Amino acid sequence: MSLALVNSILAADNTVSGNIGIIGYGLGTLGPGIGIGFLVGKTVEGISRQPEAAGQVRTLMFIGLALVEALALFGFALAFVIT
Amino acid sequence: MTAATLPLAREGFHAPTIEEFEWPSIVDLHVGGVDLSINRVVLQMFLVGLVVWALFFFAFRKPKLVPSGLQNVMEVLVDFIRNQIALEVIGRDGLRFVPYLATLFTFVFLGNLGGIIPGIFFPLTGRMALPAILAVCSLLLFVSVGISQQGFLTYFKNALFPPGMPKAIYILLTPIELISTFIVRPVTLAIRLLANMIAGHLILSVFFVATGYLLTSGNVSIVFGLGSLVFSVALIAFELFVAGLQAYVFTILSAVYIAGAMEPEH
Repeated sequence: MSLALVNSILAADNTVSGNIGIIGYGLGTLGPGIGIGFLVGKTVEGISRQPEAAGQVRTLMFIGLALVEALALFGFALAFVIT
Repeated sequence: MTAATLPLAREGFHAPTIEEFEWPSIVDLHVGGVDLSINRVVLQMFLVGLVVWALFFFAFRKPKLVPSGLQNVMEVLVDFIRNQIALEVIGRDGLRFVPYLATLFTFVFLGNLGGIIPGIFFPLTGRMALPAILAVCSLLLFVSVGISQQGFLTYFKNALFPPGMPKAIYILLTPIELISTFIVRPVTLAIRLLANMIAGHLILSVFFVATGYLLTSGNVSIVFGLGSLVFSVALIAFELFVAGLQAYVFTILSAVYIAGAMEPEH
């Protein structure tokens, strides 16, 4: 291994800094992101198949949205808690 | 706060941190080791409480058959809570929870709205205490509704031991039901509101500070500063949407939990 490479690896140790909680939050958004995509997509599908059920479907969508979103928000809150 | 961080921005960009949410106390007050000091957030809470009271009091003090002005606005709000939340989620039995749900919605919405009102620029619900106490209110309400509707033992039996399961599955199911119904529900209710408001306030702060920094720091950066200015205005509109949505979500989930306690799950 050349000296330059060793130096660059050692330098990397000093330059990468920040809060690992942010990475956790980034990972935490993946699942809810997919979930909300499915949820809204299915809602649009449901409403276009049966427009008269739109009100009920929309209410259920918001309830589901709130539950799915919770995990991402836990990630967000914990990113601040754990420093 | 934004105004305090602006002078700093001239010496280099300082991203706002969670310290945005810390306020020094104005009146120190300690009662038996409990800190009851009054700071800006507490004053804002009193103000919002007063506004909620005033809105309902002056709208319905002398109700007219043909509503006008404030009564009109508040009737639209109460009508929305009654039809879209109470009747839709709970049913006919939900009508007696309309006062609680309407007050909850108005209080949370006005608390959230503080985040985008110039001169205040702080979401009341961005501090954990307020969402937490509101979530505890909803928890106590749905537990007491369950007890009064089904009886103490029946309610907890139905909540912790859902009928129609093989006996052995209760070893696994009962702890999950216990945690999810009585702990996760209020905790998520509170954290959902809190985290949305913290995120919204931080994003607004970042854009305001960045606008100030970019507009004053150089020649080319003014272009980006103007872009940041336009975007921060757009974000205020987005925060208005979030404030309404989170108040709606908080209210509708409270209604869902009440509806779940009214009748045993099948």
